Amino acid sequence: MIASFLLGGLDRRAWIFPALLLALGILLPLLNLAIPQSNPLHVSTYVISLAGKYLCCALLALAVDLVWGYCGILSLGHGAFFALGGYVMGMHLMRQIGSRSVYGNSELPDFMVFLNWPELPWYWYGFDKFWFAAPMILIVPGTLALLVGWFAFRSRVTGVYLSIITQAMTFALMLAFFRNDMGFGGNNGMTDFKDILGFNIQAGGTRGVLLFASALALALGFVIASAVVNSRLGKVLIAVRDAESRARFLGYRVEHYKLFVFVLSACMAGIAGALYVPQVGIINPGEFAPANSIEVVIWVAVGGRGTLIGPVVGAFLVNFGKTYLTGAIPEVWLFALGGLFIAVTLFLPKGIVGLVASLPRPRRRTAPAAVIAPTAIEPRPAE
Amino acid sequence: MTVAQSVLYLDGVTVSFDGFKALNQLSLVIDPGEMRAIIGPNGAGKTTMMDVVTGKTRPDQGRVLFDGAADLTKLDEADIAQLGIGRKFQKPTVFEGHTVADNLLLALKNRRGVLRTLFARPTAEESRRLEQLLETIRLTAQRDLPAARLSHGQKQWLEIGMLLASDPKLLLVDEPAAGMTDAETAATAALLKEISKTHSVVVVEHDMAFVRELDVKVTVLHEGAVLAEGPLDQVSADPRVIEVYLGR
Repeated sequence: MIASFLLGGLDRRAWIFPALLLALGILLPLLNLAIPQSNPLHVSTYVISLAGKYLCCALLALAVDLVWGYCGILSLGHGAFFALGGYVMGMHLMRQIGSRSVYGNSELPDFMVFLNWPELPWYWYGFDKFWFAAPMILIVPGTLALLVGWFAFRSRVTGVYLSIITQAMTFALMLAFFRNDMGFGGNNGMTDFKDILGFNIQAGGTRGVLLFASALALALGFVIASAVVNSRLGKVLIAVRDAESRARFLGYRVEHYKLFVFVLSACMAGIAGALYVPQVGIINPGEFAPANSIEVVIWVAVGGRGTLIGPVVGAFLVNFGKTYLTGAIPEVWLFALGGLFIAVTLFLPKGIVGLVASLPRPRRRTAPAAVIAPTAIEPRPAE
Repeated sequence: MTVAQSVLYLDGVTVSFDGFKALNQLSLVIDPGEMRAIIGPNGAGKTTMMDVVTGKTRPDQGRVLFDGAADLTKLDEADIAQLGIGRKFQKPTVFEGHTVADNLLLALKNRRGVLRTLFARPTAEESRRLEQLLETIRLTAQRDLPAARLSHGQKQWLEIGMLLASDPKLLLVDEPAAGMTDAETAATAALLKEISKTHSVVVVEHDMAFVRELDVKVTVLHEGAVLAEGPLDQVSADPRVIEVYLGR
């Protein structure tokens, strides 16, 4: 049933994108590892690590778009789910270091030894095993989304109030994770990872596999998101976005739909975070910073919300701009980001993808595929 | 008339907002298959009454029973809608981003659970119902148009069509003729009369010409209570009604 559901959600054209992603995920590491550096086709390790990061950002953007673009829930706290996924991965990698740590304590991570903790806190149990840590990547952010969403949606908190609550959530988590007593490494976070599943985390081959895993995760996320938004449930989500009370008076339990998509989105964000951490080599409470979550919203807005391809395009473009500008003229970056957001809000309400879709096409009169085309109508609150 | 036979039964319903009584001991009984017009000046409590029946507002006092059994004061909007009470808003409210056909599809009587809709597949029965509904609300030609592109009157009809799609026992219709042309108003009256053959309908309306066209029993609300009830000619001759409408 699941397979036919996933297959049914995609039309033929929408398969191009995941296929392209997987091809890229194989090709880039190959060009990095198999082609000698002297060859112009060689892809540097720097590009590999950058591409891996961008892919994780794109998955995070897709997650935000699923709740914001399709259900009208503007979450300004999705960075928290991303960071939680990252922390789960960080904890696993921390335990993998074992006796190779600075203090050489195979039972305790360095920062715990430094704080004179006698033993591992109970909530660190099991994280040394990948089979335990892996599901936690979904369970931890998913549970938080379930709790926050349950209370917020049941109380019919909507619009800016929900945005403020999600923002407060990520801010509160940031403050909590900054504390040493929490047992997650305080403001230093976790770093100095050695290996993942027994492979050296710095090795070229491992980096290549991580890049491929990120591409695979984004492709899967895209297929799942596509299946969801093209299902009847997806129609209900858009209905909730456009006229929440109408949906309610038709008998749809709006809060259940919102909760479903919010939790799904949080799990996607968690996976993105978990893949991001081994590729950047560090996780710290800075990932919970409210500004991070807002930046994700900008990626989605730039690319085009309410489309599936838009957030991916936006995440790549804005992050590329960030990489370039913070390297070339670092003092300009934040102004550029702010200016970009204003420009997109004023001139490109449907983002880049919306702009491309609205360009006249002289030779073809067929409408663009539903997954690619943005919904033509601006969402409007009911009543 | 006993409680058990009525489709909608309101007894002594009071709703107050900050001391202002929007409904004051309102009692009202709608028979199965009946169409009732409810009129009254602004602030008479017409919309509040609809809010109470559909679960949007909880009454401070009083009983609200549907079909003689279900206590509507204990249920929320989604429950009440699934029980079989459809509500049309004053301002036409449709899903603007969806096509006309999808608007109706979402309204069709179906299980409304998250997993049900996630795995739902269109059935032949559904498309048959859709065609039928499109015919009824005269939007067959616009079936694949986004609802946002419809005219005001067409949106009103689409919303009525969505209510029909969910096949409710009782329809609450709030000012269906507002903002319509004369021709559209007449067509809407005909549509509502057609609907009332198979459903109980409560119409809240300002437009007297429209109410006359419907030709049904009229209830006049004033300050949250029933002022008069009966055929339109009879209530419009009632001196109290004249006073309320024309002022002293």
